[in-house]
Amino acid sequence: MKALSQKRRHPLAAIALLLMGLLVTGGLYAVATTVNQAKADTTSFNASDVGEGGKLFAANCATCHGMGASGSQAGPSLVGVGAAAVDFQVGTGRMPMQMNGPQAYKKPAQFNETQTKQLAAYVASLGPGPSIPEEGLLDEKGNAAAGGELFRTNCAMCHNAAAAGGALTRGKFAPALADVSGKHIYEAMVTGPQNMPVFNDANVSPEGKRDIITFLKQIEANGSPGGADLGALGPTSEGLFVWIAGLGVIIAFTIWLTSRTS
Amino acid sequence: MSAPSTAEAPAFVAKTKGGSITDFVDQRVGGSGILREFGRKVFPDHWSFMFGEVALYSFVILLMSGTFLTFFFDPSMVETHYAGSYTPLKNVEMSAAFNSSLNISFDVRGGLFMRQVHHWAALLFVASIGVHMLRVFFTGAFRKPREMNWVVGGVLLILAMAEGFTGYSLPDDLLSGNGLRIIDGVIKAIPVIGTYISFFLFGGEFPGTAIIGRLYMLHILLVPALILLMIVLHLFMVVVHKHTQYPGPGRNDGNVVGYPLGPVYAAKAGGFFFIVFGVIALMAGFFTINPIWNYGPYDPSPVSAGTQPDWYIGFVDGALRLMPGVIGNFHFEYVIFGHVLTLNVLLPALVPAGIIFTVLFTYPWIERWITKDNREHHVLDRPRNAPTRTAIGVAGFTWYCVMWAAASSDLIATNFHVSLNDVTYWLRALFFIGPVIAFFVTKRVALALQRKDREIALHGRETGRIVRLPHGEFIEVHAPLSEYKRYKLVGFESPAPLPAVPNEHGIVDRKEKRRAMLSRLFFEDRVAPATPAELEAAHGHHEAIESAEAQKTLSH
Amino acid sequence: MGNHSDGSPNHSGTVATAGQNEVEKFQDPGIPPHRLRLADTDPRAAKRAERQVALLFGISVVGTLIFLVAYFAIDLGDGSSIATIRLQNALLGIGTAFAMLGIGTGIVHWAKALMPDHEVSEERHGIRTEEDRLAAVRIVDDIVEETGIKRRPLIRNTLLGAVALAPLPALAVFGDLGPRPDDKLAHTMWAPAGGKLKRLTRDPDGTPIKATDVTIGSAFHVIPEGLNELHEGKLNAKAKAVVLLMRLNPDSLKPSAGREDWSYNGIVAYSKICTHVGCPVALYEQQTHHLLCPCHQSTFDLTQECKVIFGPASRPLPQLPIAVDAEGYLVATSDFHEPVGPSYWERDEHERTVNS
Repeated sequence: MKALSQKRRHPLAAIALLLMGLLVTGGLYAVATTVNQAKADTTSFNASDVGEGGKLFAANCATCHGMGASGSQAGPSLVGVGAAAVDFQVGTGRMPMQMNGPQAYKKPAQFNETQTKQLAAYVASLGPGPSIPEEGLLDEKGNAAAGGELFRTNCAMCHNAAAAGGALTRGKFAPALADVSGKHIYEAMVTGPQNMPVFNDANVSPEGKRDIITFLKQIEANGSPGGADLGALGPTSEGLFVWIAGLGVIIAFTIWLTSRTS
Repeated sequence: MSAPSTAEAPAFVAKTKGGSITDFVDQRVGGSGILREFGRKVFPDHWSFMFGEVALYSFVILLMSGTFLTFFFDPSMVETHYAGSYTPLKNVEMSAAFNSSLNISFDVRGGLFMRQVHHWAALLFVASIGVHMLRVFFTGAFRKPREMNWVVGGVLLILAMAEGFTGYSLPDDLLSGNGLRIIDGVIKAIPVIGTYISFFLFGGEFPGTAIIGRLYMLHILLVPALILLMIVLHLFMVVVHKHTQYPGPGRNDGNVVGYPLGPVYAAKAGGFFFIVFGVIALMAGFFTINPIWNYGPYDPSPVSAGTQPDWYIGFVDGALRLMPGVIGNFHFEYVIFGHVLTLNVLLPALVPAGIIFTVLFTYPWIERWITKDNREHHVLDRPRNAPTRTAIGVAGFTWYCVMWAAASSDLIATNFHVSLNDVTYWLRALFFIGPVIAFFVTKRVALALQRKDREIALHGRETGRIVRLPHGEFIEVHAPLSEYKRYKLVGFESPAPLPAVPNEHGIVDRKEKRRAMLSRLFFEDRVAPATPAELEAAHGHHEAIESAEAQKTLSH
Repeated sequence: MGNHSDGSPNHSGTVATAGQNEVEKFQDPGIPPHRLRLADTDPRAAKRAERQVALLFGISVVGTLIFLVAYFAIDLGDGSSIATIRLQNALLGIGTAFAMLGIGTGIVHWAKALMPDHEVSEERHGIRTEEDRLAAVRIVDDIVEETGIKRRPLIRNTLLGAVALAPLPALAVFGDLGPRPDDKLAHTMWAPAGGKLKRLTRDPDGTPIKATDVTIGSAFHVIPEGLNELHEGKLNAKAKAVVLLMRLNPDSLKPSAGREDWSYNGIVAYSKICTHVGCPVALYEQQTHHLLCPCHQSTFDLTQECKVIFGPASRPLPQLPIAVDAEGYLVATSDFHEPVGPSYWERDEHERTVNS
């Protein structure tokens, strides 16, 4: 019988720790909201940009995309993807890719603005493709309501109605759109990076894209009228919150209520 | 009944104003009998007894906030254009129901707060019913004479889910509209009459223009009325049975130990209403719930990533997600005699929920049949002292949780950076093995805790104080328990397996054999409570060791 | 573990006879002695508790005031920003929370610290006396006996039959809740009207789409021409007719027999309504050519005519046959060749009539 008392830990300790961990994580999620905006500057390219870009490309990109960007086993051809694709992929840090995987992740950009511009100039020189959008389309002064309708029809199924992101098949996902600059949103729509479909100007007009950006920036700036948005993930986060925080606080009260006063 | 009291009235004069008011009312309408019965009724006190009250109070808050919302809500699906103050939806085409929901949120002062109070209270209502039922199950409070009240509680859970779902759909937003569409798809899968039910429910094809008004009538009239009726029945039976109590010194099946209703218990229970209200108000003030302005008006074309039902419907949605439509070349949807049988929808929608509720409703009778225990139980079991029941409960809850988690498979995938498909494969595996693992782990944990209780009852509490004996041995000092604390650890019943008994014809029939088998499964790994004789022996043992040590030290 | 822990009779103890239970079980020591609280013995502690309770009630008053100020001082006129609404909501919340928690915690503290805390034991009485039970059971037995229902099975069986059928009218009166389904689910708006093929138009504005607009990798959300002009049943028609239009490399399409002319130059159109339970399957991955349903994760492979490759759906998405008209706009050459959306009992029958 003495053996019984050995090696025994209180099973509730683990549960309590787990609950605490969940609470902390949930709290951090609720707190984490930031606003960041980057303005795009549209420029035309000159010959030296193209030359410099070619050198950068050969040094950093050709391993996968092939010399002359004609593509290889490891990466697609970039002929005709246009300056917008380069500005998006390199500007958001997705390219160069850290490692091969289902999807390139957003990370701090590896090239500065000038280098990105030079790379874009080089790739744009290889064949006609979507160019970097003009300033006027990114002024966030379009019709937010019209943009909202377009967003719900064309984007919300992957990116979530509140642009909080969503899952795709086999480890791929549609990212959340908070903190993404209007320029990059625009470029993503015209170029269709990764598995995102292309929304060319015949599908969603440039004004429509301006409306979408206006809508996204407006709901981002507004925040949620009802308080913390719990990640805008819908009923799942609400359910977790009521079980952990709501019932947790109530249980704390019931314990106080039924305890004896000293 | 008032005649004698008027005759005796001058004999006794109330001391307080409350007393004289009681006297005034009593002399006109009677009722002193009820007050005499309930005024000092004893209620046992334990934190886990409060969840039923949380549910009741949430329901009261739901009635109050819901009434406010009905003053502004328009349950109509007429098309209109939004003209309210939320600019990202300005001039968007929507139904009058969605329009009025937006107006409540943005243009009625305090409307948003009321909406959020209502929705948070709804989530808490169902959650507290769930926790309350878990408490009742794990402590064995459903045993005779409370089986019928357990069934009423189960009916309340179903009604609460129905009430929640009808309310979730009312704003006619994109999220709930897609939820309704899923319901429509499930209804259409019902053989023979499915298509008709769908057309009758929606007044024609989905979505039609009738459904919101119909759900509204169910949500504000029929379902709440049924809930209220069931609550009355539930509380009536609580009064008839008196509350159960945890085992402990001075508590047995013949008494109830606790605080009198007036004043202590009434004050605590009454004060607790305000506490629950306060907690809900905090959530409603600081945390967004159901942001319909994000989802937009219902339109059959768009859909949002992360489309889920509210948490209490989640387990059904999760089961729908887990079911594969095709295995190898076998399609679960097949045609027999020219008609379509949609098993890939029917099975997950009906079978898990069917099993859970069937077991839930019949469990008191199953256990009574196995144990042949026909006595009344007013003292609860500590969950560890009924290891098999606890294991069954945890296994069932695990099963529920696997399906519940599956309803968020996409969010699990994105937030933990794993593949959506892998999440589904894992959860499919857990759907089958999760409950089995949970059963065995729980049973072992419960038995281990029982052994720990024995240990403590016989040898005292570990103090954590290490003492070195004169001859060099280290021992931990154990502090003996008071007899009250010890009784809590030893004062329980530990039923032994009941072997099969021949019936009046002298035959052990098959049913009885099965019962005996289940009885063995339930009780064979039992840990009997410590007995006075063992305590005696344990002390003797200590003394023997100590005297031996003493001799050793002497002889050295 | 000793011999005694497995429940077998304890041989070490006293002889087990009638008095076994008393010997083998600990005696109930009774309710533990009452412990006095600080406030019971120390008048100053009692006074302090009294002040604390009053303070909590005072906090409640402050909460009510916060609520009233927040309600009247913050105006939700036109042009009020979201931040204003959020502020008012938070203040209403905190006001209500203080008002309620103040009262609640005050009362509970009062009860815990100052009201008598003697645990009392009350006898449980039987729900009814044994005498009542026997009498009641006997009465019911007598009643059943006197009706003679056991001896007259004809009466019993006809009664059961009548009672079983009686609710039918109650069900029947709900027969007008909706129209009969007939074959409404078998057709969509795409069927050519008056010999004119319907153009594919953009959702939501309804402008027609040229084949040249659809570049490789694009996905267009499509509604039939004329949908926005419908006055009645617009959403009903839309719920069946929405289509996803995509263009991929024509070589990756391997149309089965009979479907060779359903696409145009790599442009294909599929119903957006999931064959599982009807969510819009709108997630198109342009590199893998997979379509994913966000509700239950059914995945369809566009290159295999939207065959199910994962998830709970069992049937491929229906394809809409398309072509290009004289002006270069995409048109549907016919309705879907099968009912769209989730399966239903009569679906197979409808599919056969649609195709005949």
